[in-house]
Amino acid sequence: MSAPALPAPRPAPPAPRRPRLGRDWKTALLFLAPAFIVMGVITFFPLAFQTYISFTEFTIKYIRPGADPAPWVGLQNYEKILSNNLGIPNFFFVRQVIYNVWWAVSNVAIHVVLGVAIALLLNVKGLRFKRFWRALYILPVVIPPIIVATVWRNMFDTQHGAVNQILAGVGSLFRIPAEAFRIDWMRQSSEVFPFLPDDVSYFIPLAFFALLAANTWLGWPLNAVVATGALQSIPGELYEAAEMDGAGPWQRFRNVTLVYLRPAMIPYAIYGFVVTFNLFHLAYFMSAGGPFGRTEQLVTQAFRLVNEQRLYGVAAAFSVFMFFILLAITLVTNRAAKATASFEG
Amino acid sequence: MTAPSRLPKPPSGGLRTLSWRRQALYQGLCLFIALTVLFPIFWVVSLALDPRDISRPDGLSIIPPGASLQHFISAVEEPTSNPVTFWQLALNSFILAIGTSLFSVAIGVFAAYAFSRVRFRARSVLMLAVLAVLMLPAVATIAPLFILLNQVKIGDFNLRQSLVGVGLAVVSGLLPFAIWNLKGYLDTIPKDLEEAAFVDGAGRTQAFLRVILPLAIPALAVTAFLGFVAGWTEFYFSVTFLNDPQSFTLSVALNGMVGQFATTTPWGKFSAFAILFALPVSLVYIVFQRWIVGGLAVGGVKG
Repeated sequence: MSAPALPAPRPAPPAPRRPRLGRDWKTALLFLAPAFIVMGVITFFPLAFQTYISFTEFTIKYIRPGADPAPWVGLQNYEKILSNNLGIPNFFFVRQVIYNVWWAVSNVAIHVVLGVAIALLLNVKGLRFKRFWRALYILPVVIPPIIVATVWRNMFDTQHGAVNQILAGVGSLFRIPAEAFRIDWMRQSSEVFPFLPDDVSYFIPLAFFALLAANTWLGWPLNAVVATGALQSIPGELYEAAEMDGAGPWQRFRNVTLVYLRPAMIPYAIYGFVVTFNLFHLAYFMSAGGPFGRTEQLVTQAFRLVNEQRLYGVAAAFSVFMFFILLAITLVTNRAAKATASFEG
Repeated sequence: MTAPSRLPKPPSGGLRTLSWRRQALYQGLCLFIALTVLFPIFWVVSLALDPRDISRPDGLSIIPPGASLQHFISAVEEPTSNPVTFWQLALNSFILAIGTSLFSVAIGVFAAYAFSRVRFRARSVLMLAVLAVLMLPAVATIAPLFILLNQVKIGDFNLRQSLVGVGLAVVSGLLPFAIWNLKGYLDTIPKDLEEAAFVDGAGRTQAFLRVILPLAIPALAVTAFLGFVAGWTEFYFSVTFLNDPQSFTLSVALNGMVGQFATTTPWGKFSAFAILFALPVSLVYIVFQRWIVGGLAVGGVKG
């Protein structure tokens, strides 16, 4: 990721060729050695080992030091994952992948729109207390994600949660009994919008909306920071010039504001997509993947395969799948970023 | 805020001022947004202070009637049913966080410098290797790390069950992050400074130690802090690897309180615990926001 807030990166000056390439190779080695020796042992070797055990039936039996090597089973773990044949309830691999992409897309769309809208609001000329509001809005970012997730788990609790109590409070104004608002946000599995086909309803259980609310709270502020940076880099004369040319407010927004926002927001949206795709704590603590595994993400499933099921070989194969899915996402989004970067800013 | 505050401020107000109606409308909007941001925070503070711990609070109030620090006391003395105090948990989290973060930054900065400045063969291959690791979330390496760390047993000591083992697992993801984050910063330091040092007869190592390293101190601090937060709140490895309550971390205790296998959660005690858990890092964030949030917007710790 390049720094998104910079308006136009200036071309790097050509590196001066120093007549010390041979020595540089040695210094590079010297400087890289500590980090790469450590990573070789605790990062790259485990990843290679992971690929190996993904082809074995590595279960808890083989974990003890000095145990027999786990039997080689070829592609069996991969086949079992693809055919949902792991003997784990509510494991549907393809559905999980689709849900996970949908989760990331829907969240990022909301974060970007809200972030830009609020940045625009705080960028209005003559608005008072800007600094105060900006400082306040950054609060969700400074709280560790594990705390955010557990607190929102409480907010949506059926008995003790703030959300149900607020709804009951509002309902009492209309004489609706409080019992009507004992909503079981995380476990209710009936469809939220009965008119939608089942295949669509599957991906939007009630828990999805609760997770979406929590992640919206968490996600928009940084988008607003990035958008604010881009907005403040717009030369004021551009608006004056556009106004003199007879451009209305909408045209000024489209032809000036958006043009400057785009190069900053698109890389950040891509980054946000990957972060949201791999967001662990909300799905793990709030919904625990429920109802019936419908809000399970790849990261939470990968964790469960080790932490609960202790299927190390299967978990390794699952991680290999994750690697390729994330690689595909990275390649696609990089292409998208390049395609949109050529847009004249 | 970061970048904006460094730019020269355009003359605000001046000729174009808002009509008071608009000002009021916009301030109202800002206040509404602020309330949505603050509500969960107030809610937790209120739960933590409410001594009644009743199953259904009878209203929404920031300072509940009869507010007391009772939940804080019980969260410190006996956060979970395990015989371990908050201080022991916090000490374990602190050791894990400070150890992994300082170690990663200390050896990461050398690799970052080599990637940023030195041209050598295999540079792009090695950088791709670091990036590929960064792409994979930490959870996806938990199976091989569990097995491999479990193989190291010396007498009664099992590396996997110790904080050192968890620390190694954390560094496995944190080190690539530190390298990448620091490289990004070193790239922005003008090359002329080193060129000048070379002209004065300094070698690479000297130029790095005398010129670049002092300039990189803010980036080192931010990277170390982000690493510290990652270690302080580390969850996957601690929960999966650690068996002995004496080496549990804050996250493990939190999981015991509200995790999916917790049947009834003492919400008052949980809230007090969550506040104590978050406060140290949140305060540092707030004080050094200008430097940290800018870094966050560019890249995050993998987790």
